[in-house]
Amino acid sequence: MVENVDLSLVDWSRAQFALTAMFHWIFVPLTLGLGYIVAFMETIYVKTGDPEWKRITKFWMNLFGINFAIGVATGIILEFQFGTNWSNYSWFVGDIFGAPLAIEGIMAFFMESTFIAVMFFGWDKVSKKFHLTSSWLTAIGANLSALWILVANAWMQNPVGMKFNPDSARNEMVNFWDVLFSPTAVNKFLHTTTSGFVLASMFVVGISAWFLLHKRNQLFAKKSIIVGSVFGFIATIMVIFTGDGAAKDIAKHQPMKLAAMEGLYQGEEGAPLMIYGFLSGSDEERLKDPREDNFIVNIPVPGMLSFLANGDFGSYVPGIRDMLYGNEKHGILSFEERIKRGYIAQQTLKELKEAEKNDDLARYERLKLKFEDKEWLDTFMKYFGYGTYFDADPQKLEANVLELVPPVTIAFHAFHIMVGLGTLFLLVFALLFYYTIKNKIENVKWLLLVALWSIPLVYLAQQTGWLVAEVGRQPWVIQDMMNTRMAVSQIETSSVQITFWLFAITFVGLAIAEAKIMLTQIKKGPKEGGQ
Amino acid sequence: MISRIFKFYVDGFKNMASWGRTLWLIILLKLFILFFIFKLIFFSDTLETRYDTDGERAEHVINAITK
Repeated sequence: MVENVDLSLVDWSRAQFALTAMFHWIFVPLTLGLGYIVAFMETIYVKTGDPEWKRITKFWMNLFGINFAIGVATGIILEFQFGTNWSNYSWFVGDIFGAPLAIEGIMAFFMESTFIAVMFFGWDKVSKKFHLTSSWLTAIGANLSALWILVANAWMQNPVGMKFNPDSARNEMVNFWDVLFSPTAVNKFLHTTTSGFVLASMFVVGISAWFLLHKRNQLFAKKSIIVGSVFGFIATIMVIFTGDGAAKDIAKHQPMKLAAMEGLYQGEEGAPLMIYGFLSGSDEERLKDPREDNFIVNIPVPGMLSFLANGDFGSYVPGIRDMLYGNEKHGILSFEERIKRGYIAQQTLKELKEAEKNDDLARYERLKLKFEDKEWLDTFMKYFGYGTYFDADPQKLEANVLELVPPVTIAFHAFHIMVGLGTLFLLVFALLFYYTIKNKIENVKWLLLVALWSIPLVYLAQQTGWLVAEVGRQPWVIQDMMNTRMAVSQIETSSVQITFWLFAITFVGLAIAEAKIMLTQIKKGPKEGGQ
Repeated sequence: MISRIFKFYVDGFKNMASWGRTLWLIILLKLFILFFIFKLIFFSDTLETRYDTDGERAEHVINAITK
């Protein structure tokens, strides 16, 4: 049945999900980071009693509130789409996703909602310490919300802690802690939340730079820059370390994604990392027409990719071709072989259902035992999703193998833009801190302009980060188990197109509202805005 | 205690700045659009509406995900 899926339906469903997720991700990272920055500022106010810090705290808290209000519930649309556009996927993973998302709803959301009210309504009504505690708990609650959805996403990248039930066709959680503490989940949570801290820090220093450029509220701006640049610098260092952890995890569980991120077609020992580069030809041309050099121009750092992947400059990193066609020396199973094994797993599941329907109990019991047998699971079931690409005609099968390569050009540029911008931000935070401490910051106009213009760049870095994570793992919805064609619902493409445009209009409206209210409050400045 | 909490929220909303009221209006409008327009009209649960039992849903999914 899966071979009859309309690919335009898959593409529109993917586009709709990407639109919603990327729009949602405009608001989330600022909430994650600005919550902590506000809590830090308020802590200084409570410790020093300096009313200037109260004004500073209130100003940034108001911007936090605007962002929170406009962004809240935009993520719920993703859940609507799971049930309607991706119903096979929702069914397949229901039990795994249910637990983390339920915890998110009950614990983190209510924690945020309760304490955010104290944050905004509680000035002069509750004690300073209680108010401060509420600010901290709001920030922690927001980050806990992110934890559960990121755990769910990490499970899709590296499915662990579950067992497939062939009767219900659902994955059932067997070990919650394996799901929660898988290295993929830990790295994803830390890398994503700390990147949100970087965004919020850049938001704070960039707006503060605007005040300095306009020679307004200079004390407020300098104090904000101190907090923003220190938090931003530390967060960027954390992003680098967690990114390193994430890269090692990708090398282990999603080597195709890593190869795509680096445009590595042929594996090698001491593989280089590209500082930047431009790939020659299209993705399709490079696959169909193997060449010595896949780049028009590039700046390689020898051995660095090997180090990034395995912590060893001389280690072997497989390329796209090694995975497509196999590499015996390095024990890499070809995708063709994986497809054949996945096909066997799919046929076994089909036969099991037929046996059940025909009341052939002996056959049913015999087949069901396979789904309990670890060796069979590791040999065949592990590649379940690959079976979709099976074709008895060897030529068609060979062509199908190429569909398992993600869009390399997008993954490559997204990854390098993200890393390059992260490096720039580290420098910007360091210089801002240095010149502010030296009390010369208002004279360094070029740096203030760089800080201001880094605000759109930090949003770009966030979006490219998600492109790497999600485009880089195509065609998988759940790594090796379910691809987008298997996951999509059999619904009308036109209905997905209609809702795509309705969402686009709604999102544009919300973005305009956010920008307008936010800019008005920023222009008013801390005194008026902070009252 | 409950009346104090209630008063706390009422006072908070009463003393809210005009831009805060605008935000609440946007939140309510957004929630209405999301839950009463998008969810009710466009986003029914595909498997829930098409099949009556979990057995039927499982059978559909197995057909859909196998070649």
